[in-house]
Amino acid sequence: MARIQLHDVRKSYAGQEVIHGVTMDIADGEFVVIVGPSGCGKSTLLRMVAGLEEITSGQVSIGDRVVNDLEPRERNIAMVFQNYALYPHMTVRENMAYGLKIAGMSRPEIEAAVARAAAMLELEPYLDRKPRQLSGGQRQRVAMGRALVREPAALLLDEPLSNLDAKLRVQMRLQIRDLQQRTAQTTLYVTHDQVEAMTLADRLIVMEKGLAQQIATPHEVYTAPATEFVAGFIGSPAMNIFTVTCDDSGLLLPGGHRMPVPGLAARGEVRLGLRPEDICLVEDDSPAFPVLLRSIEWLGADAFGYGVIEGSDVQLTLRMSGQTSVARGDRLRVGLPADRLHFFSTVDGHRL
Amino acid sequence: MAARGLARTMAHFWMILGVIIVAFPIYYVFIASTHSVQTILRPPLPLLPGPEAVANYTEAFTGGVGRIGGVSLWLLLGNTTIIALGIAIGKIVISMASAYAIVFFRFPFRMACFWLIFITLMLPVEVRIQPTYKVMVDLGLIDTYAGLILPLIASATATLLFRQFFMTIPDELLEAARVDGAGPWRFFKDILWPLSLTNVAAIFVIQFIYGWTQYLWPLLVTNSNEMNTIVIALKKMISFADADTPWNLVMVTSVLAILPPILVVVLMQRWFVKGLVETEK
Amino acid sequence: MRRTVFPHKVLPWLLLAPQLAITLIFFYWPAAQAFRQSVLKEDPFGLSSTFVGLANFRKVLSDPNYLNALQVTVVFSLLVAFGALAIALFLAVQAEKIIRGKGFYRTMMIWPYAVAPAIAGMLWLFMFNPSFGTLAWPLRQLGIQWNPLLDGGDAMALVVAAATWKQISYNFLFFVAGLQAIPKSLLEAAAIDGASRRHAFWTVVFPLLAPTTFFLLVVNTVYALFDTFGIIHAVTGGGPGKATETLVYKVYNDGFVNLIMGDSAAQSVILMVIVIALTAFQFRFIERRVHYA
Repeated sequence: MARIQLHDVRKSYAGQEVIHGVTMDIADGEFVVIVGPSGCGKSTLLRMVAGLEEITSGQVSIGDRVVNDLEPRERNIAMVFQNYALYPHMTVRENMAYGLKIAGMSRPEIEAAVARAAAMLELEPYLDRKPRQLSGGQRQRVAMGRALVREPAALLLDEPLSNLDAKLRVQMRLQIRDLQQRTAQTTLYVTHDQVEAMTLADRLIVMEKGLAQQIATPHEVYTAPATEFVAGFIGSPAMNIFTVTCDDSGLLLPGGHRMPVPGLAARGEVRLGLRPEDICLVEDDSPAFPVLLRSIEWLGADAFGYGVIEGSDVQLTLRMSGQTSVARGDRLRVGLPADRLHFFSTVDGHRL
Repeated sequence: MAARGLARTMAHFWMILGVIIVAFPIYYVFIASTHSVQTILRPPLPLLPGPEAVANYTEAFTGGVGRIGGVSLWLLLGNTTIIALGIAIGKIVISMASAYAIVFFRFPFRMACFWLIFITLMLPVEVRIQPTYKVMVDLGLIDTYAGLILPLIASATATLLFRQFFMTIPDELLEAARVDGAGPWRFFKDILWPLSLTNVAAIFVIQFIYGWTQYLWPLLVTNSNEMNTIVIALKKMISFADADTPWNLVMVTSVLAILPPILVVVLMQRWFVKGLVETEK
Repeated sequence: MRRTVFPHKVLPWLLLAPQLAITLIFFYWPAAQAFRQSVLKEDPFGLSSTFVGLANFRKVLSDPNYLNALQVTVVFSLLVAFGALAIALFLAVQAEKIIRGKGFYRTMMIWPYAVAPAIAGMLWLFMFNPSFGTLAWPLRQLGIQWNPLLDGGDAMALVVAAATWKQISYNFLFFVAGLQAIPKSLLEAAAIDGASRRHAFWTVVFPLLAPTTFFLLVVNTVYALFDTFGIIHAVTGGGPGKATETLVYKVYNDGFVNLIMGDSAAQSVILMVIVIALTAFQFRFIERRVHYA
């Protein structure tokens, strides 16, 4: 177990830079999730830590060692792959023991370690089976077992749950979180699924186009997204984001609606972000703007309303209580929560 | 339904006819090997095994063949086995090694090496007989096992098959092995080799047959009868114009020249068919 | 292209070394020598040689014996390739209809693959030997003149039969595999569309088998050109007369028996060009197939 440090880590393929300098310090025992859309470079970054991709420039350290030029096996890491990459001709036991065997561990030690990992993952009944005789969830657990049995300095997981069905994914997610807390294993986890990211992580790295857009706790990422991309990517349904004009008295919304917001720092055109659940319906005569409700999705506890700001074509998603009585076609009066507004630059998307 | 039943019966009829055409010559040799010279020379030959089987085979193995060709049947079988095994194993070893290098490493001129090997598909021995023979003479390889085996073990086909198979190994498997601490040798020994066994078996069969049935090459690079393969020896034993040919012994030799490769093919049929059909894709 | 590889730089060369060495020594060097010799003329004692340009080629291509060999080769190859393909396809189609006993038939059909071409030739000559061949005997009883040792046409028929016989197994295995790869639903669709079995075969199955057939056509041609050397050498020795002298047999004969190096080399080069053309042909085709697959 150890800390992992990345310092201005970059990667280029044939002169084309795909990772543009990521710097991060992962504490010992911390669970960090790298999340982003496909092609954002998250897997590449993980594979650079693993030693499966060369580091073009910058520095990666695991523990107190700079590992840039070390082979994967010299880095003392373990990895879980998306398709598990279990050795098809070896039994579960042999799969888990293989790394230990290469490391030259004695037979009784190997057996003890495998037994320990198998017990932790409830794999004992399957130890003598081949991977093809296991279900998807069992294979996933074997892949976890193979990684944990080594007690590595860092555990790296590359979309480990994406081959499972939805129900199993939720189960395994809980199990992984639980295992990580019990073993206090420094963990780096890649996913494109924001729910996985939010529920698992101590801290998140939200990546887009080879850049770490934000490195922060899930709470921080949600409540104070650093860029417009992060704001739109994290949260479901996605944050409403549209362009407004700021002046001394408040905001000029699309459709020409003016909303008084005191004490705004921003001036001129900015991008306004509004979480669906932060939008409130106004029943008294406090300031509000009109939204025409186009459709409504009732989910039980919640209902999502989809409408447009009157006089414009800007769409707005609202999260309402399941008890709501509004209906399709209603003209809603909507207010802005002054303390829940997110402003982003129209130039670079950064939070203002 | 009746029409379908009839079609199936017809199909069986044609298949049986096909099998008779295909298998008859082989059966016929076997029958001939169990009859005396006199019976063989007085057609038509009976369709059932004759009484001379034990006598013919005993004579052939205890020097009968040696009296005709100057070399004992044991030596012929031994030579042919050494050559067929040498070619089959040699090909597997060197083509696996080169396919491993081409698929699992990056180095300058990698694709150039691949093409260099690939193009040899277009250079069968037959089109370069004379100059290859001269190389053999210059290297002193005439009448040696090395001379019989070495030129035939470089094979683009086997390299291509292994390359193709290696490319189907998922990247993650190699990555998992590297994370587990396996280097090139361990990865090969523990992961790749066990996964390649079916392919190895298929190539072994194909190349064993290839080696066993060689004709032109052994004809060229052997002068001494001691180095004869059974196929070449058989050719030398037969003279159709000569009434003295001991046909019963020739037939025994034919059976022994045909039988080992047939056994290998039939016993390893499952892998062989898979390998054969896959090689050529 | 693999994503991950081993980082070693020297090891791959060591792994490649044996194959490269053998390839260079026994393939490229001799091939280059064949090209060199094909433009040289050696004196009868082999002491000196002079550059003669394309004279050897001109001589070879205007030699009636060579043109005869070319004609023999074309006839022989066409008969063998067509015969072996047609019979194998027919049998494979029959085998597809069969439910029980498929494995047995396949096992029986494989045998000739394991028989050396030279031995295949000898077997057929033995069966059809004019004086004591069991199968020549009924021909004689029927009053048919049959003597492959003296009659060129008979000799050709015999080597064609032997060569075809040996190749049926190989083609059969491929056609069976090819037929199995055709989705049954297509045949069912054809049947529902009202196609007769025969019609369905020619309009659905045969076109879908085209890649296999084409591949086999090239393989069979190469087989007929080269691998049948053993049959010719063991059975007819190119005779009677030059009735069964194929191009490969002539290269061998001129180079080793008659020792005319320049001619033999020129012939080798021509053969090489033929093989390269065939391979290139096949390649273009394979490329197309990959494209559509």
